[in-house]
Amino acid sequence: MSDAPAPETDERRDRLVEVLRSELGDRVVDSLVKPGDDVWVRVATDAWQETGRVLRDALRCNFFDFLSAIDWLPSPFGKSEDSPLDQRPALSTDIVTGYAGGETRFQVFARVTSLPERVSITVKADVPLEDLAVDTWSAIYSGANWHEREIHEMYGIGFRGHPYLAHIYLPGDFEGHPLRKDFPLLARHVKPWPGIVDVEPMPDEGDDAEAEGDAAAEGAE
Amino acid sequence: MTAISDRQKLAYVNAQAADGRVNLEFETEEGMTLNMGPQHPATHGTLRIVAKLDGEQVIHCEPVMGYMHRGYEKLLEVRTYPQVNTLVNRIDWLGSFTNEVPFILASEKLMGVEAPPRAQWIRTILFELGRIANISLFLGDTALHMGGMTAAFYAFRDREFVLNQIEAVTGGRFHPNFDRIGGLKDDFPKGWIADTKAVMARLRDFCDEIEDLVVGNEIFQARTRGIGIIPGDIAQSYGLSGANLRASGVDWDLRRDVPVGLAWDQCDWTVWTHPDGDSFSRYWVRLQEVREATKIVDQLCDGLPSGPIMAKVPRIIKVPEGEAWVATENPLGEMGYYVVSKGDLGPFRVKIRTASFNNISVIPWVTRGVYVPDVISILASLYFILGDIDR
Repeated sequence: MSDAPAPETDERRDRLVEVLRSELGDRVVDSLVKPGDDVWVRVATDAWQETGRVLRDALRCNFFDFLSAIDWLPSPFGKSEDSPLDQRPALSTDIVTGYAGGETRFQVFARVTSLPERVSITVKADVPLEDLAVDTWSAIYSGANWHEREIHEMYGIGFRGHPYLAHIYLPGDFEGHPLRKDFPLLARHVKPWPGIVDVEPMPDEGDDAEAEGDAAAEGAE
Repeated sequence: MTAISDRQKLAYVNAQAADGRVNLEFETEEGMTLNMGPQHPATHGTLRIVAKLDGEQVIHCEPVMGYMHRGYEKLLEVRTYPQVNTLVNRIDWLGSFTNEVPFILASEKLMGVEAPPRAQWIRTILFELGRIANISLFLGDTALHMGGMTAAFYAFRDREFVLNQIEAVTGGRFHPNFDRIGGLKDDFPKGWIADTKAVMARLRDFCDEIEDLVVGNEIFQARTRGIGIIPGDIAQSYGLSGANLRASGVDWDLRRDVPVGLAWDQCDWTVWTHPDGDSFSRYWVRLQEVREATKIVDQLCDGLPSGPIMAKVPRIIKVPEGEAWVATENPLGEMGYYVVSKGDLGPFRVKIRTASFNNISVIPWVTRGVYVPDVISILASLYFILGDIDR
């Protein structure tokens, strides 16, 4: 976010990817480097734990930022903002994954930082639906322990070798995995979103350009 | 006795206590279980600590949380980008403006929008005011946990002036909801800068007062020196951030080390660290942090650039497809948002990385073997806000 144009290459981040590739071989599936900004690496599911080890030991990424997961299924409920009278448009169910790609609905991703190098990296791994689990990071980064517990209850993803995979936020007898996209946001289903009652419908694609023109005109004033 | 069976017993005690059947102490075969909270004053809200004791020593101590879990990550998926602001204000409620900034920055990064310089400076000033409002309360509150009532009153008294300044700009004392994608809602009101500088001078006096009253106090030192030592590598492995990390001797401050476009690099200030890693050093580092924050505000008020406070953004905000992570050094530590956009009006997924969640995950490690009163000192000095843990 500076005035200088973004550099073409980024040695520090390229090096991260290189070292990961040399340590893990073709188990580094995909990578994306945005020079001067960020780096994403996707590894094979079975290399997840080793990735953590390489990051910590070989790359000195000692600082643990977070570990989380994502459900790439588009929500079957949309934004849950439709009034009951509206005809709900058909929602897409295509799974489109983000940076560094992916083949499965669920992915785990984690971010660690190398304090001396001042560089962070986001690593991802696919989690196949038929065996919804990856190896734990809690022995590598102690902080991962609680993050994995959170992901376990929120997504139902297991972490093999985790010492104590109990609920952390939800009550012990809670059923379901709230952050999955197919878990309905019940508050919106019990009572329709109040914001939808009085407001005009959002302009569709065609009006967008016009709205932008308005904003520009306002800026000129 | 294996670790697992230990935990299973603890889980049983947790379930019992949750049902209200166990209130304070519970005899088990190899010791006593002490339940603190969920309404314990040392827990800043509704955190529960279940400690297994052997005499006066803690064998195992497990925080139980979720009493305030509001499911923000799920809720944000049905919000539009401008609506997100209102919710995330409530994460760390003592420094709420600081919660908005990383999310707005992440959205701007995805949109390729950059706020004009004046907006960035005002953001930085409000950010630091949020820090002062947050940490000055910590300075008083921690002393309160050690039995010193006066500092808490001083803290509330002087914090009020900072809140007044935040209110004068944003209209909100606790939840400003002031940051916008592309800039800010409004500019400073007339005469605000002079008032703020007077308040900053007052806050520096407050820091001196606290230094005399608390830091130099023998009882306070006895309760905190050498208590709850966290080495730097453990702190990093648990993802401790902010003053907790710097108090363990790790020289890391996102404001200095990972520039995000705000105006911290425009002024002269110091990142303080402490080699000890104990409760005392965490308190001391935070005290210095308030001092530095007042300096930052002073300097930024002096050099505030003129110009617009809003970049040109479309009226209906659609964020292009992509993923972005922005973290800032919030009063409690590193707070970041991992925003995944699918090109809609609202985010597809937002991972909120809050500082307190990682900061208190070290509690089971650090409280092993300490005495019961030290648990209070460690909890207080680690400093967490419940909203920041439970999201």
